Amino acid sequence: MKQFKHLIKPYIVWSVILIVIPLLLIALYAFTEEGNEVLTLSFTWGNFAKFLEATYLNVILKSFKLGLITTFICLLLGYPLAFIISRFSERVQSTLILMVTIPMWINMLLRTYAWMNLLADNGIINHLLSFLGISPVTMMYTDFSVILGLICNFMPFMIIPIHTSLNKMDKSLIEAAYDLGANKVQTFVKVIWKLSIPGVVNGIMMVFLLSISTFVIPKLLGGGQYMLIGNLIESQFISVGDWNFGSAISLILAVIILIFMSLMKKMDKQDE
Amino acid sequence: MKKNSKLSGFYLGLIFFLMYLPIAVVVVFSFNQSKLPVAFTGFSLEWYDKLFHNSAMMEALVNSLILGVLSCAISAVIGTLGAVGLSRIHWKSKGILEYISILPLMIPEIILGMVLMAFFYMLGLPFGMLTLLIGHTVFCVPYILMEVKARLVGMDPSLEEAARDLGASPFRAFWDITLPLIMPAVVSGSLLAFAMSMDDVVISIFVNGPRLSTLPIKVYTQLKTGVTPEINALCTIMLGVTILVLILYSLVGKHKGGKNEQTDRA
Repeated sequence: MKQFKHLIKPYIVWSVILIVIPLLLIALYAFTEEGNEVLTLSFTWGNFAKFLEATYLNVILKSFKLGLITTFICLLLGYPLAFIISRFSERVQSTLILMVTIPMWINMLLRTYAWMNLLADNGIINHLLSFLGISPVTMMYTDFSVILGLICNFMPFMIIPIHTSLNKMDKSLIEAAYDLGANKVQTFVKVIWKLSIPGVVNGIMMVFLLSISTFVIPKLLGGGQYMLIGNLIESQFISVGDWNFGSAISLILAVIILIFMSLMKKMDKQDE
Repeated sequence: MKKNSKLSGFYLGLIFFLMYLPIAVVVVFSFNQSKLPVAFTGFSLEWYDKLFHNSAMMEALVNSLILGVLSCAISAVIGTLGAVGLSRIHWKSKGILEYISILPLMIPEIILGMVLMAFFYMLGLPFGMLTLLIGHTVFCVPYILMEVKARLVGMDPSLEEAARDLGASPFRAFWDITLPLIMPAVVSGSLLAFAMSMDDVVISIFVNGPRLSTLPIKVYTQLKTGVTPEINALCTIMLGVTILVLILYSLVGKHKGGKNEQTDRA
């Protein structure tokens, strides 16, 4: 099978030009100054210093806060769901998992927009409330609507890895725990939860990373003024035009993601 | 194994209800007579009619289709070459190459989008269909590459060797034996890639030109300014297309399974 080794060459060329070089480029942008001219290189830390201003630090703190809340609620709601699904027969399980995955395929805009219908000031929920004689509640363009949108969009990314590790688990271990006299709670804490940790870690990582880097959901459900890291990057590139600062934020985001991933991997290994 | 209690069944139902309710609302209100999405006043296809007469929307739809088909076709070629190539090499750098191959799906979309925007600007490429096309192939290739790679792993290498022993040229052996065997994976990967290209907002926002608009971008801009019932109709159509692609994908998958059995028996 030594033939066609050279088939890899066009692919290598493609991936170096379109993946590797562009990624290296942001580092270059992040450490240089002035407009979009890469040719007049003058290195600077200024883009990172700018980031330490209170306005921008608040954006990152808020992104982290929302990311953590979203991840926590997804875990809280998603774990029992994955657990319940894993106790059905194989056949029912695959149907239920398909039902969890279908929303992932549906356009993110559609899923987000669907909530706008429900949450709007003159939307369905407020309409129902007024029937019951309750005064309308403002739900759109608040932290609540943004978090709700994040949870609904990213929940499947929590459920699926947890379900996978619950399903892979050797069921005889649970029986063994019962045989040795453990009660339901003990079995869950000492056996089931412990064995599902890799899935939980994976789920947490995915949901958190997706929620801190999105900009479409906060923009639609939080309104034009709502700023998370994603929105900040987008606005620097699309409307403000300070690409160097935008690149610096992206680089910080990338570093945060790398740190987060390696921390999670470490935790994962310790538990094993 | 323990049976689930009624309470857990209720919980399951509740979560699925919350997951699907908003989408169902969109579909139902796309057929609503009234403009306000609060009460269903009667069945009507008015919004679909308006949508099809909206020339800007139709133009965006055509752009999206062209983009989807072209990026999918180009990615199918690059992705298949990459997967076949990766399966034939035993270099030390193979691990790095494999890592790079899925990188576009690992890094946040927003970073990929801005990186490509900066890169195209530096090259002096005019923003428009060309940049959209290149941008979309970047995230479409990994889907096809992964599908084909998985298929190649499950393939018996002796088939191609047998063809060579029987006197086929390397090209002939590849063309007549390997390619037909990996074809189902190329098709299913391309379907995924097509669905991804048709749905993409984030990367398109960064690399589209000021004049060109794809369907998701059009929807995104409209949603920022305000909701119209036409959007309900449009979203329902997009939902229909997604479901159609998924059904096709699972059909190709089944076909794949059938072929496997045949080769096993042979």
